[in-house]
Amino acid sequence: MSFAWAKQYEPSNGLMRWVDEKLPLPRLVYNAVGAGYPVPRNLNYMWNFGVLAGFALVLQIVTGVILAMHYAANAEVAFASVEHIMRDVNWGWMLRYAHANGASFFFVVIYLHIFRGLFYSSYKAPREMIWLLGVVIFLLVMATAFMGYVLPWGQMSFWGAKVITGLFGAIPLVGESIQVWLLGGFAPDNAALNRFFSLHFLLPFVTAGVIILHIWALHIPGSSNPTGVEVKSESDTVPFHPYYTAKDGFGLGIFLLIYFAVVFFLPNYLGHADNYIEANPLATPANIVPEWYFWPFYAILRAFTFDFILPAKLWGVLAMFASILLWFFLPWLDKSPVRSGHYRPLFRKFFWFGLIPCILVLGYCGGAHLSPWTIALSQLATAYYFLHFLVILPLISSFEKTEPMPYSITDAVLNADKKPVLGENTSPAV
Amino acid sequence: MARLIAILVGLGFTLVVLISFGVDTYTSITEPAPETAEHKFHLEPKAVSFPHDGVFGKWDTAQLQRGYVVYKEVCAACHSMKFVAFRDLADLGYTEPEVQALAAEWQVPGVDPQTGEAVLRAGEPTDYFPSPYPNAVAAAAANNNAIPPDLSLMAKARHGGAEYIYSLLTGYQEPSEELLAEFPEAAPGQGLYHNPYFPNLNLAMAPPLTATGQVSYEDGTEATIPQMAKDVSAFLSWTAEPTKVKRTQTGWPVLGFVLFATILAYLSKKQIWAAVKPAKRKD
Ligand code: HEC
Ligand code: HEM
Repeated sequence: MSFAWAKQYEPSNGLMRWVDEKLPLPRLVYNAVGAGYPVPRNLNYMWNFGVLAGFALVLQIVTGVILAMHYAANAEVAFASVEHIMRDVNWGWMLRYAHANGASFFFVVIYLHIFRGLFYSSYKAPREMIWLLGVVIFLLVMATAFMGYVLPWGQMSFWGAKVITGLFGAIPLVGESIQVWLLGGFAPDNAALNRFFSLHFLLPFVTAGVIILHIWALHIPGSSNPTGVEVKSESDTVPFHPYYTAKDGFGLGIFLLIYFAVVFFLPNYLGHADNYIEANPLATPANIVPEWYFWPFYAILRAFTFDFILPAKLWGVLAMFASILLWFFLPWLDKSPVRSGHYRPLFRKFFWFGLIPCILVLGYCGGAHLSPWTIALSQLATAYYFLHFLVILPLISSFEKTEPMPYSITDAVLNADKKPVLGENTSPAV
Repeated sequence: MARLIAILVGLGFTLVVLISFGVDTYTSITEPAPETAEHKFHLEPKAVSFPHDGVFGKWDTAQLQRGYVVYKEVCAACHSMKFVAFRDLADLGYTEPEVQALAAEWQVPGVDPQTGEAVLRAGEPTDYFPSPYPNAVAAAAANNNAIPPDLSLMAKARHGGAEYIYSLLTGYQEPSEELLAEFPEAAPGQGLYHNPYFPNLNLAMAPPLTATGQVSYEDGTEATIPQMAKDVSAFLSWTAEPTKVKRTQTGWPVLGFVLFATILAYLSKKQIWAAVKPAKRKD
């Protein structure tokens, strides 16, 4: 796997030699995240978020498994059992705040990780499979987070579940039967709560499995890098350990500082006050909104208000799903031979001045009270979102004149302060 | 081919959402949504500060004890507090015998050990605060069809928290002339009371705090309306999250430790990378 110059695992004592002979697990780890994995030497801090996403998953599993020891998935007592965790379980409040905010931070790092992939076009050949598996992971994490939010059985849990499962009702003919089947009833109730709990417990382990595939696929071409120029020689890489373990360790420290500041000082800032009211099927909250990390997609859902051939609600549902599923096709839509946004002037403009503001606007509108101007803004941003990925991105490579790239990674590192020259090898042999 | 399909799908969604945009914009220009009384006259909570606010805050147990008196003497007539147990009152600085005595002042549902009949008995520290009504129907019947919500989590369950509770309790007033002139239908109906801090502007809770000296404080503090409102709001911050101060106090050592570890991680990263980072050139 990976490059010819990758270091080979040498068991350092008799015990490890014995283990390695029977089951080469130490070797596997060594090749995956140890000195046996050569990585481009020029990765910037945007390459920290994969490891951080993995860390966030472990954090969620550890806190989640302990919470599950005290939580009761029954609509009669679920809300009270969460308060029991907050008040009576030793350090229960910390576990719960760590898990709830852990989900938010999971999304922060995943979004930054995806953003890295989009800007540096990491999805392009030969890394299509890594990207496809990444989108699957994202969908799994979204499903997990949605079902997790239902568990405390507060007002937003209940009404969020009702609105989102209600979307299936938009499917013509069979929609309502599907909805009843998914929920185990006409509205979210005990049956729904129980199956959500079961799936919320299961899916993170499925996610862990897909992450293994994701990293397996990554190790075939190896990591990309900010120049997008492929690794050419040994001088382009450094072993993952100790170089990137050290860098990821520092990144983890920064992540934990921000995360713990929120967990201990602002644990409810990212949440919604209504979820501290017990679920009440008879009282609809004034503004039903999902958690912040779903806001952009929720804004797309709510942007469709006019029955054009199909009912508006169905358009909204289609667009919301399409807005994520279209990521699966990016490797085949973006035809530019250049990966990195650094060398793509036109792409870069659309990225920074089109896509990023568009997603921020969608995020804002998805969380805001519905008003004529938030709807209008989300409609314009939705239009841009689809234009960006499905029209602009496939077309710009035909017009764009890309900028000169460094000859190699080593060249880019050693001549960072000089203008890079395409095709001219100025790097000394290392 | 993939790109052609994508472009068509992309243009399709764009077209449909722009039609929605056009129709909505046209309607909101030709028939602007009418201004609502709630939108125009609702007020954000007043700014109040509490000793337990912020990352260095501490409970003021004297204030919480006063707040407890207000809850017990006034609010408990209508509001339950089902997630709080009498034993929790130890947090307010009461000793064990004092907690027992406080619990015994409450009547909680129990069972007669001889006959098995449902009776009321004196509370014990392990009991939870009782509900003033036997069930929701009775609660609604006694309160103009509105059920007084449980207060345990109130300070977390409303935007603005304790400041909101304080503003609500001190915010009752006659609807302004301006409001009535513009929205005659916003005048409080039968059994409703006007309060601009309440999202609907009118609520079914009669002003609970009405006179100075309504409760008597043991520590000699004068029980003015704002004082009682502030004390009970502080008390409800505690009932909503009794672990709040422990939480912020735990946060500092945790952050201190992580900061130390991060600095070490930074230094070792720098050390490790020094060998492969090209030296800054001076030319
Ligand atoms: C006479 C009965 C009564 C008393 C006494 C009373 N309340 Fe209420 N309270 C109600 C009712 C009824 C409602 C529901 C109002 C509505 O939804 O219109 C309510 C609602 C509330 C709300 C929620 C408002 C909202 O945003 O939904 C708070 C907070 C509140 N009361 C606090 C208090 C406090 C604090 C006290 C003691 C100082 C108190 N109440 C005393 C009857 C009472
Ligand atoms: C639980 C979630 C995820 C975990 C734990 C995870 C983990 C990782 C790790 C450890 C790496 C290698 C380090 C790095 O390049 O940052 C990686 C690379 C990558 N990931 Fe993920 N990932 C997750 C989600 C996603 C998602 C949602 C996407 C995209 C939709 C994605 C796309 C990619 C791509 C394209 C690469 C290769 C990047 C490159 O080398 O340039 N990942 N992932």
